[in-house]
Amino acid sequence: MTALVEVNNLSKAFGGVHAVEGVSFSVEAGQVYSVIGPNGAGKTTLFNLITGLYTPTSGEVKLNGESIAKLQPNQLAERGMCRTFQQMQICMNMTAIENVMLGRHLTLKSNLLTTLFRLPALTRGEKAARKTSAELMEFVGCGEYLDTEASAMSYGALKRLEIARALAAEPKVVLLDEPAAGLNAVETAALEDLIRKIAEQGITVMLVEHDMKLVMGISDRLLVLNYGRVLAEGTPEQIRTNPDVIAAYLGG
Amino acid sequence: MMAQFSQFRLKGLVFLALVVFALPLFISNPFHYSLATQIALIAGAVVGLNLLVGFAGQISLGHAGFFGIGAYFSGIMTSNYGWSAIPALIVGAVGVAIIAWVVGRPILRLKGHYLSMATLAVGFIIAIILNNEREITGGPDGMPVPSFDVFGWELSVFGQYSLFGMEISGDLAWYLFAGVVLLVAVWLAQNLIDSPIGRALRSVHGSEVAASVVGVNTAKYKSLVFVISAVYASVMGALYGHFQGFITPSVASFDFSILLITMVVLGGMGSTIGVIIGAVVLELLPQLLADFQEMEMVLFGLILMLTMIFMPKGLLPTAANFLAKRRSKAAGGDA
Repeated sequence: MTALVEVNNLSKAFGGVHAVEGVSFSVEAGQVYSVIGPNGAGKTTLFNLITGLYTPTSGEVKLNGESIAKLQPNQLAERGMCRTFQQMQICMNMTAIENVMLGRHLTLKSNLLTTLFRLPALTRGEKAARKTSAELMEFVGCGEYLDTEASAMSYGALKRLEIARALAAEPKVVLLDEPAAGLNAVETAALEDLIRKIAEQGITVMLVEHDMKLVMGISDRLLVLNYGRVLAEGTPEQIRTNPDVIAAYLGG
Repeated sequence: MMAQFSQFRLKGLVFLALVVFALPLFISNPFHYSLATQIALIAGAVVGLNLLVGFAGQISLGHAGFFGIGAYFSGIMTSNYGWSAIPALIVGAVGVAIIAWVVGRPILRLKGHYLSMATLAVGFIIAIILNNEREITGGPDGMPVPSFDVFGWELSVFGQYSLFGMEISGDLAWYLFAGVVLLVAVWLAQNLIDSPIGRALRSVHGSEVAASVVGVNTAKYKSLVFVISAVYASVMGALYGHFQGFITPSVASFDFSILLITMVVLGGMGSTIGVIIGAVVLELLPQLLADFQEMEMVLFGLILMLTMIFMPKGLLPTAANFLAKRRSKAAGGDA
């Protein structure tokens, strides 16, 4: 099986600071792949490089064998890569379901003429998009908010809403940046279930996460970063017993 | 029935239509008709500007420039080259669309103050050209514009027309025409907003990053809405010129650009009906304050300042919010 996401010798320097240095790994389709590491290890920078928000200083990222390091985020979405953010990016000027329907953007082919005169093709597409979006909101567990203004929703609900929006784009791989940050134990358990359900649908999940219990429970493989470099890579069992990881986390 | 109507997506348009068609029952003075026509045409341009400012969250401090190009192109082609008004209006709008596209691509990469300055410069350049090209535009003295015609049928404020068997004056005919144009402008804008394109535009305002990671090409949509709002201004400018019968470079001036933006902000950014109220208020206020003579501008400024401080969301959204709160209180809610 070929890798869905392949990262080769990726580096990013901000001035003299090497946030990510010489990182290589590959993620196979259908896996839950987590990136962990202490604060400032370069996890979010790595995600930003993969998803096109940053341009790498050197190295390359491949999606399905195609080099994507120079593409814009919207071009990556067209190729099946979608993400959420640690600092949530929700359109607060819209309702909850409109945020999810925004995720359907690429599947809704609309031109200016059908839009301005609101021809039947447009209303049909909108109806279908609304139905799909409502189902996705139900799936992630914020179905009760449909027409609520996003600005009136709780933090936990918004986190789930952001995942629904990413799924609405029908991605092959979805990158979740600290989805459990700020969630309580009950919400984290629900999140774990949700990630499992997403993976069961055949969507590859990449995860940056601090919650070790969550990560160890659901990941197929993990990548441990420290000071921008790869400290270890392997299955949860291998990582748990790796002496370098134990030293970095417990200060040996 | 009432509940159903409050959910209807074009309820604002229905209200507006009622107001537009009921107004002639209350006014009959040619001056009032002239004022109402002028307001309707300017409001149309403001509705277009609101798509850019209120929905997509971008700014243009040079929008009067596009209004001016529309007015002058139609004026010049009809008076000097014998064109009919409709083709002049359409060709002018296409020209403005091209200019807005070419100018918009690079400057819409800018954000905040930088975008303000760039659009300001665009407006200034257009105003300077209109002022300096004396042979074509008449320079600062302005130029006369022939009355509006639709394939030989002429619409003039001095004419007499019959509509559904009723004799109506040219003033009223122009007013009804401008009112219908405004209603169409609002209908098209509302259709644009309630669509995938509209969602993409609003997401550029809400979170550009969020928009891009789900596949929205934000640069393309910013250019698109800039072009659409410029076309709105151009069309309204062309009609405005024909209605006034005489135009000067002030239609493209910095002052007028600022007035258009103020109408959007005062009425309520992102509220199509709100910005029309903004246009009505800002056009009527100077008339009402005329009695105060030299104090007029001071009062005008004071009213604007107080509105901005106490109703930062604009007139209509603030009023709607207030009513909603009152209603939930009356219903025993704890809001």
